[in-house]
Amino acid sequence: MSASVLAQALAQVFDPYVLWVILASAAFGLFVGAVPGLTATMATALLVPVTFFMEPVPAIASIVTATAMAIFAGDIPSCLLRMPGTPASAAYTDEAYAMTKKGQGELALGAGLVFSVIGGLFGTAVLIVAAPALAEIALKFSSFEYFWLVALGLLSAVFIAFSNPLKGIVSLLLGLLVASVGLDNPAGFPRFTFGNAELSGGLTLIPIMIGMFAVSEIIRSVSRIDQPWEMAQAKIGNVFRGMWGLTKRYRMPVLRGSALGTAIGVLPGAGADIAAWMSYAVSKKFSREPEKFGTGHVEGIIEAGASNNSALAGAWVPALVFGIPGDSITAIVIGVLYIKGLNPGPSIFMNNAVAIYAIFMVFILANLLMLPLGIAAIKSAKQLLRAPRGVLMPVILLFCIVGSFAINNSIFGVVLMLVFGLVAYLMEENGFPVAPAILGMVLGAMLEEHFIRAMIRADGNFIAFFERPIAAGLGLFTLVVVCVPLIRWMLRSRMRFPGGGTSP
Amino acid sequence: MPGQRFGPAWFPGLVAAGLGICGLLLVVSGAREGGPWIALPEWMHRGWPALGVGSVLAGLLFYVVAADTLGFHITGVLLLTVWTRILGSSWRVALPVAVLASVAIHLSFYKALRIPLPWGVLEGWAF
Repeated sequence: MSASVLAQALAQVFDPYVLWVILASAAFGLFVGAVPGLTATMATALLVPVTFFMEPVPAIASIVTATAMAIFAGDIPSCLLRMPGTPASAAYTDEAYAMTKKGQGELALGAGLVFSVIGGLFGTAVLIVAAPALAEIALKFSSFEYFWLVALGLLSAVFIAFSNPLKGIVSLLLGLLVASVGLDNPAGFPRFTFGNAELSGGLTLIPIMIGMFAVSEIIRSVSRIDQPWEMAQAKIGNVFRGMWGLTKRYRMPVLRGSALGTAIGVLPGAGADIAAWMSYAVSKKFSREPEKFGTGHVEGIIEAGASNNSALAGAWVPALVFGIPGDSITAIVIGVLYIKGLNPGPSIFMNNAVAIYAIFMVFILANLLMLPLGIAAIKSAKQLLRAPRGVLMPVILLFCIVGSFAINNSIFGVVLMLVFGLVAYLMEENGFPVAPAILGMVLGAMLEEHFIRAMIRADGNFIAFFERPIAAGLGLFTLVVVCVPLIRWMLRSRMRFPGGGTSP
Repeated sequence: MPGQRFGPAWFPGLVAAGLGICGLLLVVSGAREGGPWIALPEWMHRGWPALGVGSVLAGLLFYVVAADTLGFHITGVLLLTVWTRILGSSWRVALPVAVLASVAIHLSFYKALRIPLPWGVLEGWAF
């Protein structure tokens, strides 16, 4: 990168309008994160209609800032209500609440904030270094490599992240089915359109995502409307007290959490929530005092809190370099990138260098801003959490309607939102993960296109998929990703079911 | 498409085959685990949440059907009032919230972002 690119990027980020957008998105993200039932992905889906009319840099900046803030703010109700503000805090909600009950609420909130910032900056550093380096290699990729990458992404979403791969596969296939609607396939042949003009363009993803991430959450919140939120008392003074000591004492967990979180973020389909679960488990396993976990011990909160924020930035690596989303947030972001003319792919780092470096700077800025704004959010937590759900949910719902309508100015968007909102709710209630479906929708067209293109080049010869060295490596790795968990799962279910069986 | 080995039907066909196999496996594993065929969620037996979820789904359906005729403004205020009332607010909260939120969306989406929200029967008074 040259100095002039850097200077231009700086000028784009430190434009008063962009800074205003970042501040407003930060407040929005903190609010959404702090209120249980509103998630970071939901914040992204709701931001898309608003960012529709912005320049590329402020549009992306608003999503980056809001999601980073939301993942941190999810820790606040964990401490005070024993409810995760976003799924990414669920792994250590009981631990954080136990700390508050012990009178250590201030320490738990402080650790959540400080180690979110450190994790976020770590993930950002990896993004800045790894993405352009990976792009150099990816420039030489042909359809064979892309086909394997997409397949690997889809399959890792199913096999690495979830306990029941069968339900994950069903979810993935449903997503692929949605992706095959319309004219947009290699043959240009109308599929599943039933002569309907709305369907021939394919199903628009943004209303679907608003449905799957916002409407389904609202249904879930409303189904629990009769359960009151009970706030634990916590005296909050200086949240930074003791943080330096914790940083020194838990250097390894912080580093390990950030690194694992970033890696999970890079993996398609698994994002901040899975990163936090895994890091919490790892933390307990390697801790010198594992017996303290679950009784209000700060170590797991530190490691998992760093992990979920680092996963956010990690997810942008495959999203920018290959157009393969690393989590459900970037699944939405990829759509925004295309709308803004920042088509993801290895050449984005040359063709749109200024915008990309501006996005990197926003990542750094957002994570630094999290310190002062996070303190403000913690201080006003009691007021934030008093926002009445019964008023909030209807207003968000109307906002969802207008947002879904706004993408194509068509009522069909609202229909899509309603249908997919209900489908996503039913799927999650029955143990079907939603992330593979989203990934299937986003990547379906790419998978088919690269497969057909590769087949044409290879003249119908499957061996060609393994002839180029990188393609062969990716292909073998894909097979390993599929086979290992499948065999393990079969062995386990055979052991579990011989006589009647128990539920997991 | 004739003469093409991997035509437009190939990919959805593969997906359908996969769904068929997975469906069969799910049925088998479900039968092995036992349990009822359909289990209603527990909140459906509690009046308030059931009414709330019902009103959310019915309200969204109502918007799809009625928005073009009634217009965004009437439908929006109506839905917000009903939803906030059902979810536990008094009229004194529900009505101002409904009107203020609709005005906010009018100003931000219709005016600032120029989304052509339908006016419906209010067409003559559009502003």
